[in-house]
Amino acid sequence: MDLNTIWFILVAVLIGGYAVLDGFDLGAGVLHLFSRSEGERRATLQAIGPTWDGNEVWLLTGGGALFAAFPAVYATVFSGFYLALMLLLVGLILRAVSIEFRNVIESAGWRKAFDLAFGIGSLVPALLFGVAVGNILRGVPIDSAGRWTGTFLGLLNPYSLLVGVVGLCFFVMHGALYLRLKVDGEHSARLAGWAKGSYLGFLLAFVGATVATGFVSPHLFKAGNPLFWVFAALLVVGLVGVPLVLGRKPGLAFLASSLAILSMIGLAAVGLFPRLVPSITSLENSLTIYNASSSKLTLTVMLVIALIGMPLVIAYTAIIYRVFKGKVRAGAEGY
Amino acid sequence: MDALMLARVQFAVTIGFHFIFPPLTIGLSWALVLAEWFGWRRNDPIWTSVGKLFGKLFAISFAVGVATGIVMEFQFGTNWAPYSKFVGDIFGAPLAAEGVFAFFLESGFLGLYLFGRGRVSKRMHWFSALMVAVGSTLSAFWIIVANSWQQTPAGFTVRNGRAELTSFYEAVFNPSTMPRYLHTVDAAVVSGAFVVAGVAAYYLLKDPASGFGRRAMRLGVALGVISAVAELMPFGHLHAQQVARTQPEKFAAIEGLYTSQTAAPLVIFGVPFGPPPRVRAKVEVPSLLSWMAFGNANAEVKGADAFPKEDLPPLWLTFVSFHNMVVIGLWLILVMVLATWHLLRDSLWKKRWLLKALMYSIPLPIAACELGWIAAEVGRQPWIVYKLMRTSEAHSTTVSAGEIWFSLILFTAIYTLLVVLWLFLMFRKVRQGPELPPAQPLEKRASAA
Repeated sequence: MDLNTIWFILVAVLIGGYAVLDGFDLGAGVLHLFSRSEGERRATLQAIGPTWDGNEVWLLTGGGALFAAFPAVYATVFSGFYLALMLLLVGLILRAVSIEFRNVIESAGWRKAFDLAFGIGSLVPALLFGVAVGNILRGVPIDSAGRWTGTFLGLLNPYSLLVGVVGLCFFVMHGALYLRLKVDGEHSARLAGWAKGSYLGFLLAFVGATVATGFVSPHLFKAGNPLFWVFAALLVVGLVGVPLVLGRKPGLAFLASSLAILSMIGLAAVGLFPRLVPSITSLENSLTIYNASSSKLTLTVMLVIALIGMPLVIAYTAIIYRVFKGKVRAGAEGY
Repeated sequence: MDALMLARVQFAVTIGFHFIFPPLTIGLSWALVLAEWFGWRRNDPIWTSVGKLFGKLFAISFAVGVATGIVMEFQFGTNWAPYSKFVGDIFGAPLAAEGVFAFFLESGFLGLYLFGRGRVSKRMHWFSALMVAVGSTLSAFWIIVANSWQQTPAGFTVRNGRAELTSFYEAVFNPSTMPRYLHTVDAAVVSGAFVVAGVAAYYLLKDPASGFGRRAMRLGVALGVISAVAELMPFGHLHAQQVARTQPEKFAAIEGLYTSQTAAPLVIFGVPFGPPPRVRAKVEVPSLLSWMAFGNANAEVKGADAFPKEDLPPLWLTFVSFHNMVVIGLWLILVMVLATWHLLRDSLWKKRWLLKALMYSIPLPIAACELGWIAAEVGRQPWIVYKLMRTSEAHSTTVSAGEIWFSLILFTAIYTLLVVLWLFLMFRKVRQGPELPPAQPLEKRASAA
């Protein structure tokens, strides 16, 4: 395996880590819009409070890794997705600020404003994540010189929007499953309802998107690659697992859901490899792990950084999740 | 305005706003480490309440800093795509390293610090405060590495139409990294120290016997006097010497030296005019600039006239921002030295004028940070990477002026709202006062302090 392939895998891992971890708190943020009482809203914020910030770092590190390992992808895609990314950033700003500011002042109007900002700031990234993936899977307008030739409205094509809905439904389900680990009683029962509803919505949209992918980007179905079937099988395990254990084993249900999103990203990665960004004008013009990569030395240095740093990150992230394991305590430190 | 100018304005607005928060949070994080240490080791609940209050101020500021920081990381790709392609082989690595080595640490342990009180052991709780401080200080290192490489690029060769890494060590420790890092991180400590001392002054003005105020004041002044003096000497001095050696155009601009000369004077005060560039109402010390820059009173210092016009940074803005930064820095030293003097003689608690000076000086270190940053970055112009790539060649040509207008207006509106909210919340938290342990009567607290 060459360095370029290793970095392709590492970028996929960072995106996967982001989807699993920030995925649940984005979903929780969307669900926050539909909370019925102040108690539910507080519980939601307490549940994600200690960890959302660390989860978001996966996105930041993913962006940094993409910049370092595949600068041409970072530059072309980020400038091409300009307005979409600006909206994403605004969403993330609203979210971050709202969660910290909401409970500083005891006033119903103040809270209501930040609840709304928090919900919308979560909804926008939760939707745009899938829209971005959809555009990559579909291929983006890059000409033979590697220049971007598309428009903002071009990003909002039906296929990508459908993948956006897949992502949104998934994150809502994922968020509901996480919150069920943290709350009890009626709130938990309602979350189970949300999980079921968004699961069905996800399943419908996912089947639709899979069929549509067959028409839009048939080259993604790498049926000859055994990894394709490994991820497909894991996806089935995850997706069958969620409804099976939803009622009795909420922890397992969350793990099944995490497995499902990781498998979906795995499938997308297998389909794309060795391309990172297929071009819709001609696959010849695509950005690949070779024509878009950094030099060998940079990839090596970065690999050393990742090998030293990431095990540490995973270790202390695991410790932190352990500390906050279990249900939210009323009146605990924090928000 | 054309797309290039708009992209530059947007970068200036977004980083100018973002840069309020990192110095503040880095500085406060170290104050928290000390306050929590005293609270834990001396089993002193008032020290713990010092930690709690400044921890709240930290959390409010940190959220804004994180949110606006992501904008910075994305903006290289969105608005400066040709730049990102040209330098990605080198510039991306420190940004990724920041995430891996610093940012995970900082944000992970911040959750533990803010939510873990009473849930984890006191030792572990203190350790999380320490990791937040270490993380934020490391984070600054990688960002300064990236920015310093723009100032004094090293460890690379131009190949395949881009800058390619030849030595990671040389790129990281390029000639300006360490002088700039020490100067910047120390400025962050000054910023945090003034918040702690200024807030303490506010409580002491209301109640000179306040145990909370007295503890926080000792902490703020101890951190503040050391860091404020060190900011000038040695860190500021070393940084200026490095600029004189490595970026003589910038040095001429910030110092207001427009003609090359031996035994160059140091301009203490002046009003720059131009073109042609000249400084009016000048107060200067003969030969001092030569001596400070090169250790020799007769050394030749290059003035702006020594360089082609198209390679010079804007002269007015660099001169004004640099000199105002120095003036503020001197004021901060003065205030902290006086405060130390009175603290040692136990007479600070009733010196209302000095307490007021401390309180009103809270925003000044941040202002100095902003001015210093303007001097550094405007002084780098017209280059985005010194002598390697011009800013005018670096912006995304696929992004239209209209699109940047849209994002610029959006960010300006949101940031204006944010700064108002942030200030409102900071003031409010301070006015509400600390959560003090209930059992101790006021007199006892005062004598304990």
